[in-house]
Amino acid sequence: MKNETHILVVGNGMVGYKFCEKLKKKDPSGIFKITVLGEEPRPAYDRVHLSEYFSTRSADHLTMAPEEWYAQNKIDLVLGNPVVSIDREAKKVTTFPGAVYTYDKLILATGSAAFVPPIKGVDKDGIYVYRTIEDLEMMIAQAAKSKTGAVIGGGLLGLEAAKALLDLGLKPHVIEFAPRLMPRQLDEAGSKILQGKLESLGLTIHLNKNTSYFDGDETVSAMQFSDDTRLELDMVVISAGIKPRDEVAKKAGLTVGSRGGIEVNDTLQTSDPDIYAIGECALHWGMIYGLVAPGYEMAEVVAENLLNPHAKEFRSFDMSTKLKLIGVDVASFGDAFGAEEGSVAITYENKDKGIYKRLNLSADKKRVIGGILVGDAESYNMLLQMVNNKMALPPDPEDLILGSRGEGKSESGNAGVMNLPNEALICSCEGISKGTICHAVTDQEITDLAGMKKCTKAGTGCGGCVPMVNDLISETLKSQGKVIKKVLCEHFNYSRQELLDLVKVHEYKNYNTILNELGKGDGCETCKPAVASILASVWNEVILKQASIQDSNDRFLANLQKGGTYSVVPRVAGGEITADKLIVLGEVAKKYDLYCKITGGQRIDLFGAPVHQLPDIWEELINAGFESGHAYGKSLRTVKSCVGSTWCRFGVQDAVSYAIRIEERYKGIRSPHKVKMAVSGCVRECAEAQGKDFGIIATDKGWNLYVCGNGGAKPQHALLFASDLDDETCIKYIDRIMIFYIRTAEPLMRTATWLNKLEGGIEYLKEVIIHDSLGICSQLEKECQLLVDTYHCEWKEVVENPELRKRFTTFINSEEEDETMAFTEMRTQKKPANWKE
Amino acid sequence: MKQWHLQKCVRKKNLLTGKNSSHVFPTHMNTTLTTTDITWYKAGSTVDVPENGGACAMIKGKQIAIFNFTRRNEWYATDNLCPHKQQMILSRGMIGDMSSEPKVACPFHKKTFSLKDGHCMSGDEYTIKTYPIKVEDGLIFIGLNE
Repeated sequence: MKNETHILVVGNGMVGYKFCEKLKKKDPSGIFKITVLGEEPRPAYDRVHLSEYFSTRSADHLTMAPEEWYAQNKIDLVLGNPVVSIDREAKKVTTFPGAVYTYDKLILATGSAAFVPPIKGVDKDGIYVYRTIEDLEMMIAQAAKSKTGAVIGGGLLGLEAAKALLDLGLKPHVIEFAPRLMPRQLDEAGSKILQGKLESLGLTIHLNKNTSYFDGDETVSAMQFSDDTRLELDMVVISAGIKPRDEVAKKAGLTVGSRGGIEVNDTLQTSDPDIYAIGECALHWGMIYGLVAPGYEMAEVVAENLLNPHAKEFRSFDMSTKLKLIGVDVASFGDAFGAEEGSVAITYENKDKGIYKRLNLSADKKRVIGGILVGDAESYNMLLQMVNNKMALPPDPEDLILGSRGEGKSESGNAGVMNLPNEALICSCEGISKGTICHAVTDQEITDLAGMKKCTKAGTGCGGCVPMVNDLISETLKSQGKVIKKVLCEHFNYSRQELLDLVKVHEYKNYNTILNELGKGDGCETCKPAVASILASVWNEVILKQASIQDSNDRFLANLQKGGTYSVVPRVAGGEITADKLIVLGEVAKKYDLYCKITGGQRIDLFGAPVHQLPDIWEELINAGFESGHAYGKSLRTVKSCVGSTWCRFGVQDAVSYAIRIEERYKGIRSPHKVKMAVSGCVRECAEAQGKDFGIIATDKGWNLYVCGNGGAKPQHALLFASDLDDETCIKYIDRIMIFYIRTAEPLMRTATWLNKLEGGIEYLKEVIIHDSLGICSQLEKECQLLVDTYHCEWKEVVENPELRKRFTTFINSEEEDETMAFTEMRTQKKPANWKE
Repeated sequence: MKQWHLQKCVRKKNLLTGKNSSHVFPTHMNTTLTTTDITWYKAGSTVDVPENGGACAMIKGKQIAIFNFTRRNEWYATDNLCPHKQQMILSRGMIGDMSSEPKVACPFHKKTFSLKDGHCMSGDEYTIKTYPIKVEDGLIFIGLNE
């Protein structure tokens, strides 16, 4: 029994929890018996993301680990038991209810409390601190009956609290004693930019303000300031800094700092060597670390030293931070204020865009020593590396904050990672250096992020380093002479464009032949659909003749949805549909019990059809005059239109008729990715054509053609390609651009990205398409016409072909339905059961 | 429509010596073969499974994905369930290889699994079950451990 060491942890916050996790990991056999005493009624939760509680109103997802975790790891977790005294002689602690716990080693992780300045009236109702979930609950209750609120403190937490008040529907005021916001991270100029951004979001900022007293009867009703101004309000949140929780330690005779904090040495022992202090309650060489990362590092040091005495020491920790504050990026790193003797600052400020960047250079101007970023902190990772690794400056240091101007935009970020020394820490969560990552590429043949995560664990923590890890992988591969060429996959050593040319020249029509003649191996889910798309774009044959190379949706000519059913979308050209056809859709949906939804492309999507019903459903639709809508294909989806001059009193052209003509022309044409189009009848642009791959907007003289726009994750407006075109010229240009795109884009590349990567951009495209600078326009038109002339309704082919139809089965040996498909009801329609994980 | 009934085929001899049949045994099954009796169930006809593609059969209440890897002249059988989002779907996935290891890609999120031993080849911890499969006289049989 005696060889079991009893570890008593006082405090169950983030650091206290992390200590348990780390010690358990290092000591799986359990020579340590751990007991945790927590003051709060719930197990440790993520205080860094506390403000998320306002939107979710649930503590669960903030919880670091549920109570079961402690039980599984044989840790005694005692909650709601604040410690009141420590008897160092008898090695015992007593909690508020009077329980007594003994220890061999005592870990104090008591954290901090909000610092409440001694202002007159501070004990009135309606004044809160921002620290625990209970504080938040009280704030929410008060906010419901309040209009105006103030936050005392313009630091990191204060601004978070102000955002919380904003979200609770209040008009928040921020009261800061210092002349600037986030005084520990930002300089005057950075603070000004941040202030501008926050004010535009609805916050009122008061700087240089000193509160004299709080006014009101029982509940606060106003704040009176030392400059004789006054602010009427309904609630106040105090976030003016932290105060280490050292009272029990002090009472037990441990050495504490004059301004609070339990003094610790480099192994984090207090003045009693059997008692350690970690996290925000610890005072290390006069410094309280109020961030979570150094707290975790302290937990690591103590856990390690308990097993291997003096194995690790805690060093002063880098306090650089990057965060998103109410949607504004703010970062501060290294010597942010240029305190070093003789240092020089380079700054960049753009008031319009709300961007401020400051770089501090060493006196000899050879290194970056720190800096500040507001509004755009993309270069934070790289700059921090330069500081930490004392790297040499590039010849024009301003490039570091402005980006290298002149040629390619992204150049500065990418190649820069290779200049880092091998020891540079890339993934700080897992402690992975650049050297480890590069070695994984060179020695263990890791070529992608998934492999890297598995091999080294880099990027598996907070994920902040993932862009750098990706850059390191691709740059290391490049330096080995690998993947310089964009090849399709391991089976084809060709780009899509090369493969398309070869398919055309050799008149290949079959995937297996192409793989035999031009590739190697047995293919994969990357090259199969890519080749399928090329074959469809070049020859336009029935795709289901080679069903097994088609991607998920194309394989069954329908869109695969959650639960394994499919959705059916018939073409409704231009969004124009008759009452009779609407009735047919309704009847079919009713008969097959399908969920109905109007799509963004002005048609009707019918969800929930099992694979074996698809041919029957389509047979009925085709008999009623519908045809495939190609919603499943990387091909033209819809041509959206507004009602145009036929009905609209503003319309200048007949947008619907032209949209139908366009849709009928390009329907079924397969391309590297999906293509969307729209026609608007006047400049009011109700069809949102400028968000489409091809957007056509009526003018009183004809049509303006916009190209290469898209919505999605990275929306991009289409660019004006040509103005006042007549019907025929507009179609001619679309023909040419369509085929040029099909010929030259990479697999699954939308037109927007294609244009972005096209050397010379839109001007070059105009040269090729309008002025025929490459002399290929007649060929492009011919190829487009071939695709138009060979159009076929893919579903008609299936419905009429028993061989193809036979493939639409759930089971080959049974006519049972798939019983695992589960549906529930929502707003009187069916929906599939949620994902199970 | 032709109706397949589950038909239990009695095989309790050493299966590797069977004549007129082509077998594919996932490698990890080899060891169990000698010690465990396998019962073979008829799953359908070879023409029901598209070339270089898959189809699903219901065997003893279990959905089994069957792959006709024509290019390699091999047949494989795995769970139809993709463990990522618990979807009955793998038989509809594209097959292929990565560095010669045969694999199937889930149509939902393109997680890929080895057809040989069922391990996930796209970096996750999932595994799917694989089953012994053989073809005799144009019929497919799946072996289940009883």
